[in-house]
Amino acid sequence: MIDKKYLLNTEQMANFVADGYLRFDELIPSELNEAAHAEMEEGIIVRGRGGTVLDEVWDDESAVGKVFRLPEVQGIIHSLVGENPLYDHHAVHIVRPQNNIGQIWHADAIIDLRMHFDIQFFYFSHDTPREMGGTMILPGSHYRRVCETDIARYQNFLGQLPITCNAGTLFVVHHGMWHCAQPNLTDRTRYMFKLRLNPTVRQCQLWNTDDIDTPGIHGALGRNHRWYGNDVRLEIVNRIKQWRFLIGDDSFDIGYWLSRLENMPENAQDAA
Amino acid sequence: MSELRQRLLVLHLHTPDLNSGVVAWALYDGTGQKRYTTGDSEAPPYDSVVEAMQDGWRVIQFPQQFPAYPGMEYHTSYLRFEYILEKLEKI
Repeated sequence: MIDKKYLLNTEQMANFVADGYLRFDELIPSELNEAAHAEMEEGIIVRGRGGTVLDEVWDDESAVGKVFRLPEVQGIIHSLVGENPLYDHHAVHIVRPQNNIGQIWHADAIIDLRMHFDIQFFYFSHDTPREMGGTMILPGSHYRRVCETDIARYQNFLGQLPITCNAGTLFVVHHGMWHCAQPNLTDRTRYMFKLRLNPTVRQCQLWNTDDIDTPGIHGALGRNHRWYGNDVRLEIVNRIKQWRFLIGDDSFDIGYWLSRLENMPENAQDAA
Repeated sequence: MSELRQRLLVLHLHTPDLNSGVVAWALYDGTGQKRYTTGDSEAPPYDSVVEAMQDGWRVIQFPQQFPAYPGMEYHTSYLRFEYILEKLEKI
């Protein structure tokens, strides 16, 4: 059983639901970053079969395996998809030097109707300044129902977030996150390791719930992302539904948004 | 053959009101002078469709509005208030 100190807290979970991602700057130690970078350069990272238990994919010698066995990373995994998730797939994303065209915006899946969700790690083993990319994400896009590159006509949004970071930084994103690789204007090849995991347990209060009643949750779940425009209230409804699923309480609400819609009295009024 | 070429400006607005703020934008250049790409700017070129019209852009497509399909009232997907504008330029 993982030590509770490594689990996410409720506030972090609320931020994940509102934004679709969490970032952990310089979480991975330098020696592992260098070893993982070397594995990506050499193209020697073992590819698992979709649906394999994650712990069975990489042996103890694999640098990438060591990264995802770190207790800090296990805590993130445990909090979001449970302690024994399935390996879905991984990809080493490579952007060659002097590539000045960005990848088209896309989500990594066809339309996914589940309330259950997969997670994707974006692991940056080397420093990634803006001139090197890195990956652009669109915070708050994860509940949009789109199929893969349906969104390729778009170019820029208010609030888009280019991931620029130091070596060892890890992002974890909801499977529905819109994203695209950015141009690499440097003379060095850029690498990003992506890993998708599936839950094997019901995603309900898997994190450290000591702060579950903290009032800051409502503010986080009601956060606006400027590109939403008039759809912001619909997005808040999506988050309320996700939060109800995560805490196992169908009466949870923010700002009375769903309670109002669910108020359908059937009892007849007594005559005076 | 005409020497005019089309430049397209796609503006996504906060509401259907052409004066409302731009939340997303894209440019496509048929003159061949420039290739726009994802993440290439942090601020929109105009604050609204009307402001772009005042700078000579012609609106060539309005977003149609439909009521939500039954069962999809709370779903979100594409940006709904998408206006396409053009300028014709000599090459």
